[in-house]
Amino acid sequence: MSWGFVFALGVTAFAFKVLGLVLVGDREMPPVLDRCLVLIPAALIAAIVVKDTFSIGQHLQLDARAVGVGAAAIAAWRKLPLVAVIVIGAATTAAVRAVA
Amino acid sequence: MIPGGVSQLWRDERLRAVFAACVTLGFAVGVFAVSFGVTSVSAGASVGQTCVMSLLVFTGASQFSAVSVLGAGGSAASAFGGAALLAARNSVYGLAMAPHLKGRLGTRLVAAQLTIDESTAMAAAQDDEAHRVAAFWITGLSVYLFWNIGTLVGALLGSAIDPKVYGLDAALPAAFLAMLWPLLRERRPALSALIGAVVCVTLIPFTPVGVPILCAALGILVGVPTPAGPAVRP
Repeated sequence: MSWGFVFALGVTAFAFKVLGLVLVGDREMPPVLDRCLVLIPAALIAAIVVKDTFSIGQHLQLDARAVGVGAAAIAAWRKLPLVAVIVIGAATTAAVRAVA
Repeated sequence: MIPGGVSQLWRDERLRAVFAACVTLGFAVGVFAVSFGVTSVSAGASVGQTCVMSLLVFTGASQFSAVSVLGAGGSAASAFGGAALLAARNSVYGLAMAPHLKGRLGTRLVAAQLTIDESTAMAAAQDDEAHRVAAFWITGLSVYLFWNIGTLVGALLGSAIDPKVYGLDAALPAAFLAMLWPLLRERRPALSALIGAVVCVTLIPFTPVGVPILCAALGILVGVPTPAGPAVRP
């Protein structure tokens, strides 16, 4: 790997991060755009949850993670603290793997 | 940045919970960073390059993708393309976070570097502005710290704990789910999340890695219709 590659990727990744902040900046957004942008975390985080739970690379895969994240969902529903949800998710997944 | 300073932070129960969650999340992320360090060095990068990449790029999925492609003998161009595609979603997060990240240019540039999945999710899960801003910074800084320490450890030691052993590969989706949960109480974010999840899972087998999450942003179109207004006044 070359240093050029490392810096080029660093600059690109940072440019992406800055881009979104700059596009919105301090501007007053039209209400319709405001209503949409505020939904970004819900849409993307839900996507990350399903991707991390049900896939490996480009393959869909149902395994112990689904059980662990299912247990985490129950913990979140029961309003347990975030730390507990994380630990329950990981521990359940590890337990299912150990048994299987 | 964090209103009221550290002493107030410890009196604020909700922020203490965010803080504890950040440390837990940071630990899980750190284990992935160790395995990134190992993967990177074994793909031919030096320890220095590996650490500088984590400091500068600071987007786990991109970094893993880049070193995996290079390690498998892929071209620099294809490694770069895939990594850039995975980094693109941070732009989308920036659109959502911009109204909460005011301040001087220097502060905003640091905020930009910390605009990633974890910080955006933790901020979104809070229900007032002060906690949103604090959660963004605490999460961003804690993940930055753990990510870079983990990278260094992996690059130097060259042997990783397999994140699968302790179920740590499920720790991250569990954390994201917990952060998503409070958003699901209202109809529009819930519908948005449902659309995002369905679009993502549908596209995973058919599109390059990174694209499904970008396309999940279609879910925000739920916000287009004008919400039913208050009752018409006489």
